[in-house]
Amino acid sequence: MRPVAAIVAKDIAIEYKNKEAFTSMLLFGLLVVVVFSFAFEGSDRHALAPGMLWVAYAFAGILGLNRSLNMEIDNDCLQGLLLSPVSRGDLYLGKVVGNFVFTLIAELVILPVFIILNNLAFNTVLIWIAGITLLGTLGFVAIGTTLSLISAQTRMKEVLLPALQIPMTFPVILSAVQATSLVMSEDSKGVSFPLSVLGIFSTVYITASYFVFEYIVEE
Amino acid sequence: MSDTLALDSKDIEKKFGYAYAIRNISLQVRRGEFVALFGSNGAGKTTFLKVTAGLMRPTKGSLSIEGFDVAKNAEETRRRIGFLSHNTFVYRDLSPLENLKFFCRLYGVSDSEERLLGLLKRVDLAQRANEPVRAFSRGLQQRVGIARALLHDPSLILLDEPYTGLDAKAAQTLNDILDEAARSGKTIILTTHDIQQGLRAATRAVILDRGKVVHDGPAKDIAVQEAYVRYIHHGASA
Repeated sequence: MRPVAAIVAKDIAIEYKNKEAFTSMLLFGLLVVVVFSFAFEGSDRHALAPGMLWVAYAFAGILGLNRSLNMEIDNDCLQGLLLSPVSRGDLYLGKVVGNFVFTLIAELVILPVFIILNNLAFNTVLIWIAGITLLGTLGFVAIGTTLSLISAQTRMKEVLLPALQIPMTFPVILSAVQATSLVMSEDSKGVSFPLSVLGIFSTVYITASYFVFEYIVEE
Repeated sequence: MSDTLALDSKDIEKKFGYAYAIRNISLQVRRGEFVALFGSNGAGKTTFLKVTAGLMRPTKGSLSIEGFDVAKNAEETRRRIGFLSHNTFVYRDLSPLENLKFFCRLYGVSDSEERLLGLLKRVDLAQRANEPVRAFSRGLQQRVGIARALLHDPSLILLDEPYTGLDAKAAQTLNDILDEAARSGKTIILTTHDIQQGLRAATRAVILDRGKVVHDGPAKDIAVQEAYVRYIHHGASA
């Protein structure tokens, strides 16, 4: 696991120096939450809130994936990684863990703002939402990391990534919205189904990407 | 025989769609040889090096590095290869020292500051070891690339147009490093357009034209010059 840790530490060191990914993710995520909160004033807001939260997470996440991808494209650094005696699967895991950490940190700031703007209490519901956020984000970055490298080999990478990412993560986002909606209405009985879907998709995306990664990155 | 071979390629072919980048390249390079690989743009030099380094999967053929099949022992072969391209593969936001430490961890070699500063000293960058690479000129960035390519003491050094963007001093530093590597028995394969740079220290010259080997012989042979003029300078096949 040493190469995985090295890649994560390198991504954190670069982000600590330029703060590009975190700033853009946070700014965009907070803007979505604030604008939607004011746009949907009234009784509908509570029903729309879970979708609003996951739209903010998803678009902030795509910004982070784009930035993570650009870091590796600049100076052909990805080729430097591929030249090293590290399995392609471990390179993938390193990038996934790095993306997961950045996305999660941004979400940890977005979530309290969402709670406050939607007049939610800081109680067990928050713990549930945090858990759903963890699982949903894992599924999102697991496939997003692979898709970002597929789109890296095209000319329209900035456009192609969201165009691939949103449809591919639709089951993840839909399940996360359902689960969040259920826990916000304090009906946690039915939450096991969307959570299972989240768990299955995350596992499938990570396992499949781990094994196909070498075919994606090699020319 | 294979024990003495650093590189053994058999009928290597790489296609992009219907276009052949390289075709039926069978090249055996003995340990300690210094091979200059010449060719005009699109001749297949970079593709051949990328296939050798494991960055590209050949469409056909087999390849082994120091007896290890590249397809079956990819990680073991990559450990033996140092690859320097005109792109440096280093992170601009990190300093040379941070870059080298990171690559040391990937290669599983010692990342002691003393060793890495020694490596940076060889490329005249020890004084700027902690500055971000972003602040460096193209030539200085290439020096970081040289240190990155050599930090794990590879036995096979692949260089793809390494002189691109280097000033005279940096080119001389690279020449000194290559001469030292050649003296210590490392195998070197260098691609370039420049026949003078290529033949300077090479023991063997190979010329590629439209993906095929059209000349292979001793570097000091007069036939190299003739083949170079025919296939590259005049573009015989064009």
